[in-house]
Order: sequence, then structure tokens, then C-alpha cells
Amino acid sequence: MKSFITILLLLLTLSFGVHASEEVKLQEANINLTDKASLLRGANHYVTYCLGCHSAKYMRYLRIALDAGVDEKTVLKDIAPEGASIYDQLHSAMNKHDAEKWFGTQPPDLSLIARSRGADWLYSYLKSYYIEPGSPRGVNNLIFEDTAMPNPLWQLQGEQHAVSRKTIWGEYTELVLEEPGTLSEREFDLFVNDLVNFLVYVGEPVQMERQSMGKYVIIFLFMFLVIAYLLKKEYWKDVH
Amino acid sequence: MKPSRLTDCGNWVLDRFPLTKFWNEHMAHYYAPKNFNFFYFFGSLALLVLVIQIVTGILLTMNYKPDAKLAFDSVEYIMRDVPWGWLVRYMHSTGASAFFIVIYLHMFRGLIYGSFKHPRELIWIFGMLLFVALMAEAFMGYLLPWGQMSYWGAQVIISLFSAIPVIGDELSLWIRGDYVVADATLNRFFAFHVIAVPLVLIMLVFMHIIALHEVGSNNPDGVEIKESKDPWGHPVDGIPFHPYYTVKDIVGVAVFFLFFATVIFYMPEMGGYFLEHANFIPADPMKTPEHIAPVWYFTPFYSILRAIPDKFAGVIAMGGSIVVLFLLPWLDRCKVKSIRYRGGIFKKALLLFVISFIGLGYLGTQPVTPVATIFARLFTAIYFGFFMLMPIYTRWEKTKPVPKSLTKIHSLEEQLHTLEEQLPALLDEITELKPVDTEIGHPAFKSSFFTRRPNPEGMINVINRLAKKLKESLD
Repeated sequence: MKSFITILLLLLTLSFGVHASEEVKLQEANINLTDKASLLRGANHYVTYCLGCHSAKYMRYLRIALDAGVDEKTVLKDIAPEGASIYDQLHSAMNKHDAEKWFGTQPPDLSLIARSRGADWLYSYLKSYYIEPGSPRGVNNLIFEDTAMPNPLWQLQGEQHAVSRKTIWGEYTELVLEEPGTLSEREFDLFVNDLVNFLVYVGEPVQMERQSMGKYVIIFLFMFLVIAYLLKKEYWKDVH
Repeated sequence: MKPSRLTDCGNWVLDRFPLTKFWNEHMAHYYAPKNFNFFYFFGSLALLVLVIQIVTGILLTMNYKPDAKLAFDSVEYIMRDVPWGWLVRYMHSTGASAFFIVIYLHMFRGLIYGSFKHPRELIWIFGMLLFVALMAEAFMGYLLPWGQMSYWGAQVIISLFSAIPVIGDELSLWIRGDYVVADATLNRFFAFHVIAVPLVLIMLVFMHIIALHEVGSNNPDGVEIKESKDPWGHPVDGIPFHPYYTVKDIVGVAVFFLFFATVIFYMPEMGGYFLEHANFIPADPMKTPEHIAPVWYFTPFYSILRAIPDKFAGVIAMGGSIVVLFLLPWLDRCKVKSIRYRGGIFKKALLLFVISFIGLGYLGTQPVTPVATIFARLFTAIYFGFFMLMPIYTRWEKTKPVPKSLTKIHSLEEQLHTLEEQLPALLDEITELKPVDTEIGHPAFKSSFFTRRPNPEGMINVINRLAKKLKESLD
């Protein structure tokens, strides 16, 4: 019986290791929502490079102005597309039917993409395009194979090629920049990081407020706990 | 002294309504054993979570739209545009998981202290009905955000009914109200989630508590406190629920809220376990997610379903894993209630059961692999073995003598005090003082430099002692 239990305990610990994943390793995005300048740059990049196809329909320009602490006029001038009102949501101008004709699928709304995919995935995805002659869009992606989206940032990043390398641990693919774009590698990383930072913020605009509020709630609950405990002790003094 | 207007008013009501009687029966003159421990907090906490869910649920319905086209958007509207909507929504979603944590611990308490045994069988039955109603409530509530996981989870679970021979397909069609999960399904699930099942839950909670107060609470010693009474007819080992347990439960409430608030404010998704990542993508009937997993609290049962190769047999096994819990009072043949005085065979069986339940829960969150299936089958066999073999192994149990009255409880302070006394001794045992060779300073001071170094021999001794104690506690 005893040895059976031991074996079972062992099996339980082993079973937690059964599913080691074999996915491509993601690069880490540096998410800092207190960096308002980064959020505004990200918003600007989003409107310039993404909004053409991808809406973020749960987000309003006004909210960006309020949360980033800039006035409405600045947001309208620097971020929002021509003609947008401050109360507008980030709608895309692309026609649904056209989109399906061009890409075979409708570009998804990106309001919640950071919550479903995660920041690191988005960061790695946007950096992992490479040239693949013969494929429908001439490019492919290491993180999301056969993605329907052409590389929207190719002018900035330049052209990457996939090179497969062999090590003693096995084969892996590495992307090598063959033709530099308008941004240097470091500048491009920062560019993508700002964009992902903005998407994380858009996923849940209230998260900064939530976290700053949390500490007061927890301090209050600690005080409440102390008082409740002293009260209990006082009442239970004579129970033996 | 002349009674005030307010007192007059109060008396007017009390003369016509049995509020005093009710209060006394269930609070002030309800005698509870005085040795309740940690596990006894979860009954009152379950009630607290029920209240949280009802209040936040009412607030959510004010802005939620049960319509396949609007549901997902309305949830995001609550998260972004409704003042404090995010807080209410996170309280509700965290509350759902908290409910199951609390209920599983509450059920475990019943299991280890024999609270389901004579004369409390009916309380256990009501409790199990509550558990089933709670699972229905959680399942239907999970469809409402109308995300990918909501949609496909419901699709999978409802399609299980189609495994029933002859009537299966018709039955699942009738439940869905459409050929796939659709607007009709969402609407009826909304109706069940916000009114039908909550009414059943509240009624069952009421009966659960009334039945409990009729026979009295069990306790960690499994001693019936009503058997020894003082000259006034009060149990010697009992204390009035109010004020003693009301003030004690408030401490439990404070600790619970600390955990609850930490999750709400700092980790509302709980790493994808409380709010699944795929549920942030709107439901799409044309796109099946790669990996469909139910929320964590259903995974043990989902694992049992997947462990059985045949679909219908799997459904039967999953249903059986719940039904068998209802039979617990009659499966356990041992007269002794508390695990403190029960035989080693029960303790070992219970340990196996807990391991397999947690194992099943973990495997249910993971994709199926051949190795995982073998584990799931093994754990399923143990799960059912624990219950089905219970009438046999509990009969042979070598129990220990049960005391006549409650054993002494050690307060938190006393426990901390003994710990404080034992810690230095323990530290001395696992470390040893060694002189440090230092070249700085005068050689005369050399001997006064000591440093603690881990002592392997002492550590092995401590581990051995711990293992022996563990073994003793299982005998």
C-alpha cells in the first residue's frame, strides 16, 4: 500500500511534465503602461500602419486622451485620422467585402488581441516575417505560419530571410536581415514595442487604475482583519 | 423609563412577526461545537460568495444583452464604458472560481470529518443537489460572454447528450433550440442563469441550513455534542453561534476578501484559468479553437469523460462520478466519523482519492496525449475505486477510541508560541556553527567568528522524523 502511494505521488509529479511544448520561443516585449509617451507613439503607429485594415472598435480617441493625459486637440491632430471626432471609436475604413476578396478573411478587430494572444506573441509575430518566394503574399511568418496578413512594416524593417541552422540539439530557423529598411534594427524593435505596449493598454484600458487602486483595498482589508481578529479574541477569551 | 418611539415601532413588528424566535433558533440559541477549525470557515464563505454573485450578477444584467449579435460587445461595454463595470464583472468572474474553491474545500471537510454520516445524511444530499445546481449555474453563465471558449465549450457539453441512444439527437436539439449553439441557446441559458437556477440555489441553501440546525453541527472530533448537556439543557461542548461564530467567521471573511481582492486587482485572468485567453475572441461558429478546455473547476469530470474510449460510456462515467457522491452516506460503513479516529486504510484511500482528483483536474486542462490518457484512466479507476470499494474497506477499519467529549483546541497564539520555541532548536539541528578562518584582525579574535553552515546529517534526521510522523498519521 505504502509503496503504491509513493509511486502514485511520483506519477503525479511526472504527469505535470507530460506536456512540454515544442513551440517557437517567443521574444519578450517590454511592457510599461506608465510610459505615456510610448503609448502615444504606439497609438500613432497603430493609426498609421494598422487601422487601415484593423479596427479597435471598443476604444475611443477620447479615452486615449484621458488616459495618456494629453488634451483632445492633440489626439485629434497627432493620432486620429483626418475627419474623426474625439468621441469616435477606432473604426477601420476598410470594406468588409473587399477585405474578404483581398485576404480571404476579414482582418480581426484588435481591441482584445493582447488579451487573447499575449504581448510577447504579438511582439515576436510582428518581427518574424521573412521572404518566401512562391507563397501567395511573397512572405511567411515564423510565429504564425501562412498568416493571411502581408508584412505591414516591411518598409521599416527591411527584408528578412529564413536560414536554417543545425546544432547538436537539433535544427532551428533563424531570420537574417538581408536588406535593411528605413529604421535600424534597434529603432524597429522600439517601434514594435511601442505598438504592442499600446495594444496591451487597449486590451484593458482600466488596468493601471485597477492596480493602483488595489493596494488601498488590500491595506484596508488588512486593517479590517486586525480589528476582526482582536474582536474575535476578545469574545473567545472565556471559551475553554 | 418610557420606551422611545423607535422601540414602540419595533415592538409593534415583533408582536406580529416571529423575528426574535427565528434569530434565537438559528443564531443566538443555536449551539455549535466549540472546536471548529480552519475547514469550518467554508460554509459561511460559500454563503458570502453566493451573495456576492447575486449582487454583482444583478448589476451585470443591467448592461448585459443576451443576444448573439450584442452579447460580446455588451461585455466589453461593461468593461470599458460602464462606471465601475470592470470591477463588478471581475468580481463576478472571480467569484465563480472562488465559489468552487470554497465548495470543494467545504465538501472535503465533510469527507474527512464524516459530516455526511448519520444523522446528517439529508444535509449531505441537499449539499450535493446544491453542487449539481451550482455546476449548472456555472456552465450556463459561462456561455453568456459569448467568446470562443464559451461557445465551443457549450457546443461540446451539449453534444454529449446526443450520445444517449435513440433520443440523443432530439434531446440535444431540444436543449440548444437550434442545430448548433446559437441565439436561442444564449437566450435560454440567460434565463436559467439569472433566475431559474439561482432560485433553486437559494431554496436549497435554505433547506441545507434548516436541516443542519435540526440535527446540529458536526465537528473535527466527530463527537455528538448533544449527548452531554448541562443542567440548563445546553450542550457542554457547545457555544452559541452568535456571537462566537459570527465574530470568528468575520475573521474568515476578512482573509477571504484579501485573497479575493488580490485576484481581482492584480490577476483577474489568473493566468488563463479564471478567464480563458481564447474567450477574448468573439464566438465564431465557423472556427473551432485548437484546444477546447472547460474552466478549471470542471476539468476533473471532463478528464473522466475523455478517459473512457466510448463516448456514451464516457458520459455515463462522468454522470456516475457525480451520482456516486450522493451515495456516500451509505457507502461508508464505518461508525467513526472523524478522520482523527479512523483507521489507516481510510486515510490512505482518501489520500489516493485526493491525488487522483487533483491529477484529473490538471489533465483536464491539457490536450490529450497517449501518456496523459493512461494517467487519466488510472486516476479515474482510483476515483471510482475510492467509492465503490468503500463498503468493503471501511468495514475492516481498525478505528481508534473516540473521546466522550471534545478534545482541547489550540489557539493560533498557542500554536505560534510552540513554533517559536521549536524553531531555534530546529535551526540548531539543521545547521552547525563553524569557526571562520579570517586573515583580518588579531589572531586572538579569530575564535569568535562563527558562521552557520548547513548540516546534512541534521537535515536527514529532521526529514526522517517528518517522514515517520507522516507515516504515523496515516496509520
